[in-house]
Amino acid sequence: MTFFIETLIGGLLAGTMYSLVAIGFVLIYKASGVFNFAQGAMLLFAALTFVSLREQGVPFAAALVLTVVVIAIGALAIERWILRPLVNRSQITLFMATLGLSFIVEGLAQGLMGAEVRALDLGIQDTPVMFGDIMVSHFDLVAAATATVLVTVLALLFNKTRVGVSLRAVADDTRAALSIGINLNRIWQIVWAVAGSVGLVAGLLWGARQGVQFSLSLVVLKALPVLIIGGFTSIGGAIVGGLIVGAAENLAEVYIGPFIGGGITPWFAYFIALAFLYVRPAGLFGERAIERV
Amino acid sequence: MHIALKGVVGATMLTLSMTAAVPEAHAVADEQFIPLATYRVGAYASSGIPVWAGMIDYLRYINEVEGGINGVKLVWQECETEWTAEKGIECYERFKNGLDGAPVALYHPNGAPAAYALSDRAAADRIPLITLGYGRTEATDGSVFPYNFPVMLTFYSEASAVINYIAQREGGFDKLKSKKIATVYHDSAYGRETQGPLGLLAEKYGFENIQIPVADPGNEQSAQWRQVRQSKPDWVFLRTWGVSTPVAIKTAARFGFPVDRIIGDIWASSDEDVLPTGDAGKGYLALTPYPGGADFEIHERIRTHILDKGKSDLKDPKSFGSVYYNSGLVNAAIAVEAIRAGQKKFGNRPLTGDEGRWGLEHLDLGEARLREIGFLGLLQPLKLSCSDHEGGGAAKVQQWDGARWNLITDWVHADRATLRPLIDAKSAAYASEKGIQPRDCSTEG
Repeated sequence: MTFFIETLIGGLLAGTMYSLVAIGFVLIYKASGVFNFAQGAMLLFAALTFVSLREQGVPFAAALVLTVVVIAIGALAIERWILRPLVNRSQITLFMATLGLSFIVEGLAQGLMGAEVRALDLGIQDTPVMFGDIMVSHFDLVAAATATVLVTVLALLFNKTRVGVSLRAVADDTRAALSIGINLNRIWQIVWAVAGSVGLVAGLLWGARQGVQFSLSLVVLKALPVLIIGGFTSIGGAIVGGLIVGAAENLAEVYIGPFIGGGITPWFAYFIALAFLYVRPAGLFGERAIERV
Repeated sequence: MHIALKGVVGATMLTLSMTAAVPEAHAVADEQFIPLATYRVGAYASSGIPVWAGMIDYLRYINEVEGGINGVKLVWQECETEWTAEKGIECYERFKNGLDGAPVALYHPNGAPAAYALSDRAAADRIPLITLGYGRTEATDGSVFPYNFPVMLTFYSEASAVINYIAQREGGFDKLKSKKIATVYHDSAYGRETQGPLGLLAEKYGFENIQIPVADPGNEQSAQWRQVRQSKPDWVFLRTWGVSTPVAIKTAARFGFPVDRIIGDIWASSDEDVLPTGDAGKGYLALTPYPGGADFEIHERIRTHILDKGKSDLKDPKSFGSVYYNSGLVNAAIAVEAIRAGQKKFGNRPLTGDEGRWGLEHLDLGEARLREIGFLGLLQPLKLSCSDHEGGGAAKVQQWDGARWNLITDWVHADRATLRPLIDAKSAAYASEKGIQPRDCSTEG
């Protein structure tokens, strides 16, 4: 029983790392209805920028601030040269634009900052912590705490600030928001900058664990089933979806894996996601699309 | 689809940028063409870049310092594969007929997917494939696989060498009887390749053989290391690749498994594998047929003639002497020495694929020759033949101290005689499946 509980807790904590990646997708989808294929590339770019600055001797806090500035400039550029010219185009057009953007960002990031593996030390111990017989990861606890703080900050941003109210207005009804004078371009700039910053947090935590390298952009593959389960429009859904995926794949690997050859974590999350699509196509917390026919 | 699409665009961008920046290689018929199927973009670029630097630096050294191989200058050209089979085949097809009349004597597929995909094709084209540290283990049997050369260390030999090393550490083979050895492996053809030999060796020595797969890419391994913790092995043989190696080392630390009881295999033994692990990686052991370090004689020569003169392909001089850089040197040296061996029979001229195969099957690198070319200690003594396309079967064990690899053993030899029946059975099955009539190696001159 202890082993089961430990596996479950470990899985839940691992799931918060997936949630951190998924939140970036949710932010952009909420504000613009666009599934941002470039989120993984943005995560890689942000982490690479941070590590490169650190390698140049820039102190931690300054590197963090400078990286956020670079992300904000990137968000302005994306809005000005990619999104604005495509406004009012179909969602598939915008999706394809983000697909192209992911190639450009990845290529630029590696071209400018190099393709070699970089170590990233955040000063967080990745050592075991014992609670009785149950062992959990110190790093995972920090990641879970970070996710909690991030969600709280985003909740405050969305609910307690003028910018947040505008963001929600755009998400609910873009045309109505425009009619009352909300600047859509500015909203998109802010959302992309915030999503990039969330990507930075996720990139730093994942990068500290596996090194900063190209494969960092592939962690988004872990976020897709999280989004399907939690819903594309809910930050809370991203958290719950991450927890479900983390727990399910860890328990499945340990208890089902040995009977079917093992190594099942990558597809088992998608298996669960498919099951959710049958019963809740919009995810647990996603908004159901109601269309007049 | 995601990765494939990115691959196409990435390769196109790289090709365009390289076309603009690098003068195209032109060959003449009296030069020897060395095709370089490389991966400088994509998920494995960070592993590949130092390998190509090592290869190119050595080829440049041969041309500029030694005047080529017995006067035959080398010319090389790159083709981007992104470590994929389809692009690997494309590059092979582009290169197989040579470059401007300069022939191809041998070909490095540089990647397991391409090596498997090219096996039959290269045999039909009569071009030998060198697959150092990857590819088909059963190709050791040159009577069935005349054009495949898994030189130096196959995965079977690697498994045997690691068990022999553990036996050394435990105080003898009889001490293995009560031990548990877990293999945490990349769930792919590469990762599963050692299951056969480890099963055989477990039966022979009586240790418990635990197999735990990690699915690609392996960036989350809590479940696997929780199983390791539960099964309490004495040693872990880590057979991962790419990002799954640093994640494994860090996750092992997270679960309290001692890092100095983990032995990485050939593809989990590079600087790039341990650099991201920080303190967690200190003490990690790894088996390698091309140890890290820049103190071998060849490094001194390349430092003097190539690196210090600004002619190195290395963008980051810190990688000089890294495991992957050294693997490039070793790969290039084997190619050069095989061509040299072939020239003894066919004359000092560029060789064709068939002549290159003859050279490889008559490659004999003893200690004296290794000392002469500056590779003593870096490259193991190697003697290939028609019936033995591996030739070596040894590796050294190195330990990471947080900043560099330190060698802690001399060459640890595999028990090749014990494993050979497994190899022969596999090659015989392959011959039967493909309708191949094995060569009679006793008649090969």
